[in-house]
Amino acid sequence: MNILVCLKQTFDTEERIVVENGKVKEDGVKFVINPYDEYAVEEAIRLKEQFGGEVTVVSVGPSRAEEALRTALAMGADEAILADDPALFGDEYTVAKVLAAIARQKNYDIIIAGNQAVDDGSGQVAVRLAEELGIPHISTLTKLVVEGNQVTGHRDAEGDEEIVTATLPVLVTAQQGLNDPRYPSLIGIRKASKKPLAHVTLADLGLSEEDIRPRTEIVDTFLPKPKEAGRILQGELQDQVKELVQALIQVEKVVG
Amino acid sequence: MADPALVEELRNGVRKICSRFPGSYWRDLDARRAYPEEFVDELTKAGYLAALIPEEYGGAGLGVTEASVILEEINRSGGNAGACHAQMYTMGVILRHGSEEQKRRYLPEIAAGRLRLQAFGVTEPTTGSDTTQLKTTAVRKGDRYIVNGQKVFISRTEHSDLMVLLVRTTPLSEVKKRTEGLSVLLVDLREAVGKGLTIRPIRTMMNHSTTELFFEDLEVPAENLIGEEGKGFRYILDGMNAERILIAAECIGDGRWFIDKAVRYAKERVVFGRPIGQNQGVQFPIARAHVQVEAADLMRFRAAELYDAGLPCGAEANMAKLLAADASWEAANVALQTHGGFGFAEEFDVERKFRETRLYQVAPISTNLILSYVAEHVLGLPRSY
Repeated sequence: MNILVCLKQTFDTEERIVVENGKVKEDGVKFVINPYDEYAVEEAIRLKEQFGGEVTVVSVGPSRAEEALRTALAMGADEAILADDPALFGDEYTVAKVLAAIARQKNYDIIIAGNQAVDDGSGQVAVRLAEELGIPHISTLTKLVVEGNQVTGHRDAEGDEEIVTATLPVLVTAQQGLNDPRYPSLIGIRKASKKPLAHVTLADLGLSEEDIRPRTEIVDTFLPKPKEAGRILQGELQDQVKELVQALIQVEKVVG
Repeated sequence: MADPALVEELRNGVRKICSRFPGSYWRDLDARRAYPEEFVDELTKAGYLAALIPEEYGGAGLGVTEASVILEEINRSGGNAGACHAQMYTMGVILRHGSEEQKRRYLPEIAAGRLRLQAFGVTEPTTGSDTTQLKTTAVRKGDRYIVNGQKVFISRTEHSDLMVLLVRTTPLSEVKKRTEGLSVLLVDLREAVGKGLTIRPIRTMMNHSTTELFFEDLEVPAENLIGEEGKGFRYILDGMNAERILIAAECIGDGRWFIDKAVRYAKERVVFGRPIGQNQGVQFPIARAHVQVEAADLMRFRAAELYDAGLPCGAEANMAKLLAADASWEAANVALQTHGGFGFAEEFDVERKFRETRLYQVAPISTNLILSYVAEHVLGLPRSY
C-alpha cells in the first residue's frame, strides 16, 4: 500500500505571535509538524505496518520545513518530498495544484493529511487536493479502517459521529483523537538522515506559473485588538433592555 | 565532529518525551522515593539509552557527544537522568573488554532494554576513592567465583538485572602493584538476591535509589568474568572519562533549568512596584551563573570531541565535570535565592533540583579528587594523597 502524507510545518502552539510590517515574525520561533498532520503521519505508519508498502511525506513550504519532514522520516516514513521552490508558493488553490502534480507522479492508495493547519486554519488544501485528483475524501477522522479495497472512516461531524465508507484510492484528513503519535526513536532519527528527501521545483512538476497562480490575496495581517473592559448596565430591567438595544444599533452597529 | 542537525533532532526528540513527564511527575516520585519506571520505559522504548552501543549490537552507534546531549536534555527539562544514565554507559566495560560471546549475548538485550545493566559495584564502606584497597573478594572454585564482602552507595541495584562488580581476586600481599589483582565480574542480580546477596536501600536526601550490598558466599559463574583476571582496575578506569563527560552534561542541563527558572521568576515577581529582576542585586548573580554554565559547556564539548576522536581526554573530562558541577550548584543557589520563600516550596521544583544537583559535587567523583588529578597529572605537582 502506497501512502502519501501531506504535511505542513507550523509554529509551535506555545509560541507567541508577533506581527511586524504586516507579516508574522518568524525569528527565533520554534516550528513543529502541524499537530493534525502528526496524526496523519502516525496513521500512515500504522497502515504501512499493517499492510506493508511505503509512506511518502510531502510538504510545500520553505527550506526550514525539511526539519519537519526529517522528523516524519524519523517516526518511520520512507521518503520525503519538499516543494521549496518559491515559485510554488501561493494560496490554498496553489498548494492543492502543486500537491496534485506531486501525487500524480506515483500511484498512491491513500492520501492522508491533517484536518487543518493550526496556523491559518483554512482546512481547504486536502479536500481541494481530492477534487483535483478526482478521488473521494473523508474528512476529520477519529477512526480509520481499511479492509481490502474498502475504507471506513468515522468522522467527527461537529460533535456527532458519522460513519462513511469509500473505496481506494481515497483521501482522508485526521482529527485529534485519531491516534497517539509515536516519538521518533533514536534509531529512527539515525536512519532518517539516510532516507531520500527530494526537492522539487516548478519545472520538475511540469507546471507553469499561470497553472498555479493564487486566486486570493492577503490584504492585511493583524492581531485581534486586546479585549476592552465591558460595561455593566444599571437600573430597571426594562430600561436596561432599551439601553442594550440602542447600544447594539448605535454604538456596536451590529443590528441595523 | 557531531552533526549539528542530528544533535538538534536529538534535543527535540528527548524534549518531546520529557514534556509528558512534568514537574508534578518528578515531585510525586520524590515524595515516595520511587523509581521513574514510566519515564525510563519511554526513554528505553525510543532507544535513547542505547545511544553508545554500536549498530552491530543493536544500538545507535553514536558518540559521547550525542549521548551527553540526551542526558543534558533530561535534566534541562526538570527531570533527573540519574535514574537511568548508567544504562547508557555501564555496558562500556563489556563492549571494550568482554569476549565476543559476552558482547553478542548481552549488548543487543541491553540495547533493546530487555536487560537492564545500570548498577556498578565499586565503593565500599571503608574504601571510597581509594579503590585499590577494596575488601570484597572473589575466590575461584572450579567453574565459579565465591564472593564475600560489602559495597555501599551502589545505585539502582533494585532496578537493574545485571551489575558490574569490582572484586579482589588476588590478595594485596601477593601482588607487585596495588592496582593489580582486581577483577570485574558480571553479576546477575535476578539470581543473586537471596542466594548470597542482600540488598538494603539507603534513604538519601534526594530520590536516587541507592543501596548497600552484602555478599555472603555468593556464587558467580566463572564465565561472567570480564576480560582477564587481575586487570579489572584498568578496565574500570578507562570507562571513567566517558562517565565524567556525561555527568558534566547533566550538570549543564540542571544549570540551564535553574537559570531559566530564575529568569522567569525574576521577570514576573513584582516587589516595590517593579520586577525583582530589574535589581542588579538579583540579576547579576543570575547572569554570572549563566556565564559559568556556558563556560563549562565549552569544556564539556571539548572533552567529548576528544573522546569521540579517540584522543586522550582525561584532563578535559575531569575539568569539564568540575566546572559543570560547580556551575550547576551556583545556578541552583541563585535560583533558590531568586525565588525567596517560594524556592523552598515543593511545587516550584527548585528545592528538589537543588538537592539533586548537590550530589554532583560528591558523586560519581568528589570535586577534591579532580583537583588532585589536575594538580598531579596536568601540572606535575607532587601527589597529595
